[in-house]
Amino acid sequence: MWKRFSSNIGAMIGVVLLVAVIAIAIFAPLLFSHDPWQMVQRPFLAPFSMDGLPLGTDTLGRDVASQLAYGARVSLLVGLVSTLVALLIGVPLGALAGFYGNWVDEGAMRFTEFFQTIPNFALAIVLVAIFEPTLASITIAIAIVSWPPVARLVRAEVMSVRKREFVDAARLAGLSRPRILMTQVLPNTVSPIIVMASLMVATAILLESSLSFLGLGDPNAMSWGYMIGAARTVIRSAWWLSFFPGIAIVITVLALNLIGEGLNDALNPHLSRKGKA
Amino acid sequence: MSALSIEHLSIGLPQGADRAFAVEDISFAIEKGEILCVVGESGSGKSMTANALMGLLPPGVTVKSGRAMFEARDILRLPEAEKQALRGERIAMIFQEPMTALNPLMRIGEQIAEVFAAHDRFSQQERRDKALTLIREVGLPDPEKIIRAYPFQLSGGQRQRAMIAMALALEPKLLIADEPTTALDVTTQAQILKLILDLRERHGMAVMFITHDFGVVAEIADQVIVMREGRVVERGSAASVLTDPQHEYTRRLLDAIPTGKLPPARAPREVPALEIKGLRKVYRTGGGFFRPVREVRAVDDVSLTVGRGEVLGLVGESGSGKSTLGRTAVRLVTPDGGQVLVGGTDLAALSEEELRKQRHKVQMVFQDPYASLNPRQRIMGALTDGPITKGFPKAQAQARARELLEIVGLGAEAASRFPHEFSGGQRQRIGIARALAMDPELIIADEAVSALDVSIQAQVLDLLRDLRERFDLSILFITHDLRVAAQLCDRIAVMQKGKLVEIGTVHDIFLRPQQDYTRQLLAAVPGADWAKAGAA
Repeated sequence: MWKRFSSNIGAMIGVVLLVAVIAIAIFAPLLFSHDPWQMVQRPFLAPFSMDGLPLGTDTLGRDVASQLAYGARVSLLVGLVSTLVALLIGVPLGALAGFYGNWVDEGAMRFTEFFQTIPNFALAIVLVAIFEPTLASITIAIAIVSWPPVARLVRAEVMSVRKREFVDAARLAGLSRPRILMTQVLPNTVSPIIVMASLMVATAILLESSLSFLGLGDPNAMSWGYMIGAARTVIRSAWWLSFFPGIAIVITVLALNLIGEGLNDALNPHLSRKGKA
Repeated sequence: MSALSIEHLSIGLPQGADRAFAVEDISFAIEKGEILCVVGESGSGKSMTANALMGLLPPGVTVKSGRAMFEARDILRLPEAEKQALRGERIAMIFQEPMTALNPLMRIGEQIAEVFAAHDRFSQQERRDKALTLIREVGLPDPEKIIRAYPFQLSGGQRQRAMIAMALALEPKLLIADEPTTALDVTTQAQILKLILDLRERHGMAVMFITHDFGVVAEIADQVIVMREGRVVERGSAASVLTDPQHEYTRRLLDAIPTGKLPPARAPREVPALEIKGLRKVYRTGGGFFRPVREVRAVDDVSLTVGRGEVLGLVGESGSGKSTLGRTAVRLVTPDGGQVLVGGTDLAALSEEELRKQRHKVQMVFQDPYASLNPRQRIMGALTDGPITKGFPKAQAQARARELLEIVGLGAEAASRFPHEFSGGQRQRIGIARALAMDPELIIADEAVSALDVSIQAQVLDLLRDLRERFDLSILFITHDLRVAAQLCDRIAVMQKGKLVEIGTVHDIFLRPQQDYTRQLLAAVPGADWAKAGAA
């Protein structure tokens, strides 16, 4: 599996980019001695014009490079945790619906559809607006809008796996139904879940940036979306203030998408889109 | 001059495959109006050869050397445009699975007419008329209706006839048939084979017929080549290969075929292991606002008994309800009525929870060796899950699992491996060990050897025979293949459309069948005459 993944050039580029972003996020306090909120120079300093401030300063004279590095922490953290929470809701619900069928399925799916009928982003805004905008509430809000596709995917996978003969064999062995679901069915659905999770992290990062852009981010956490939002009024005179965080989002999301696609090709070789033998 | 002559053909496989060549240095020729059977087990390269001729090799697989002369041209080296012109017009192909080979969203008539359209022949009206003529020629009933039908509305045999009609559309000189009857019932298979023989007679085309079944070879072949691991190991006329095989591999294949030869009868058994009384199962489908509910009586009032230590064969064509009966007997399917008595307990009447405690009494060996083992569970887990649930201590269950793996001929070290490391035949042995691990009173084998190559099939049958003697097993052996049933069973029950048609000892069923349907089934077995001649 690793062999197939590592032979995929796109996926390896994705891994390298993501590792770089993660490293920057982890080592931010070592790379930058000052806080991202701290004013260090005069405002509107263009990039590459002064040593020690490679990306210039913002409208209040804060170091853009330091803001980017600390912003990476927020983006990655929110992306990962919200995806985990979404999996924790979606996987059990989808598994129960797919495995037990009948009214369990009906109930779970109508519940899922209830969430799917409300536009994702609008629901996330409403949820964050109701709670205090903190990192935790933003993470929860993103998780709540992104679990329905997980539930649907897991349900479909479970439904196809539970018809296989080895599940019948397990029933004949006298295993209880919950045990069959846990030990026989679910392990056979992990590959598509892993692929979907990697893509969900990317979507969650985008959602978080959009929320911050609209001013719904955590006011105590520096994030890429907040940077772009704050810089939008001066986009013509100070382009770098929105350009660099924009690039950071693009690179991170692209890296995650490349990895997701690489995982998909590696875990489901028969579905590979490339048609190689 | 030969219709097709293949000279020193080698087809290379991509790197990392289990061997370098799919086919290595093979040469053969087919004369006009001749049927050449290419026989071999899976992986012998017989289908690759056909695909190479049609230019349908999968990516990564290439023709390395050799040539295939057809109408004085090497068809392996033609430019794609000329190959395309050749396909359908001069060389046609029919496939194993007609449902996937036909376009599910196109009417049969349109699909046949499309062959003419692809080669720019005739006007719209003429194409339709030609399609009708072809449908009539391949013996499809009610041509006017068939022409407007979709593939899903036809039965398997009818679909294969439609495929043959398409293949015949432009009167090809060569017909390549890749296992065209393998997916069909015996009676349908007999009809399709007869159709191919008729058409050969009428159109004088050469036929390259790929099969794994020597019974089919005996029915239709003029010439035979036997392939093994990409090489031709034997060739000759059908009569000489069948009666006087030279190569040791051919002899093994022929020996492995379950023939009509009947094993000596064993004493009838008195104590019942399984009693089925008045069993009924109805499947209801459809039923909307405007549609009546469609009812299929899968099992219709069937009663039978399997004695302790007896092997009862349950034979029938697809849709006869034999599998439903088997699945009802282990209660994977809950019957609508009737009793399933195992050791005095009525399995059909138990609640879910009570049933779970009684499950170990009846075990099943499944058809598909690739789907019946959990790909993410080690063999040890598959063999011990049941006994541990039943209450055995773990160490004892594991020791028993190792012992059983030895008994089925795999060796104890197989326990720590994953299913994908085993071949189809080995997986079936694991399936048998899993059933034995529960110490059941009855084993139900649902088409347990149908998915296997003949030589592997013979080994698994030997194993079952051996186990039957050693453990005095009671087995309900479900199969579509009468020849296989004759090998193993004490008695045979014949099912048709959910009803039990006839039940009797193997000797009674084979030598003195009472019902028309049984006689029909026996007559349809491919190579029946040849097998009888061999047995005498």
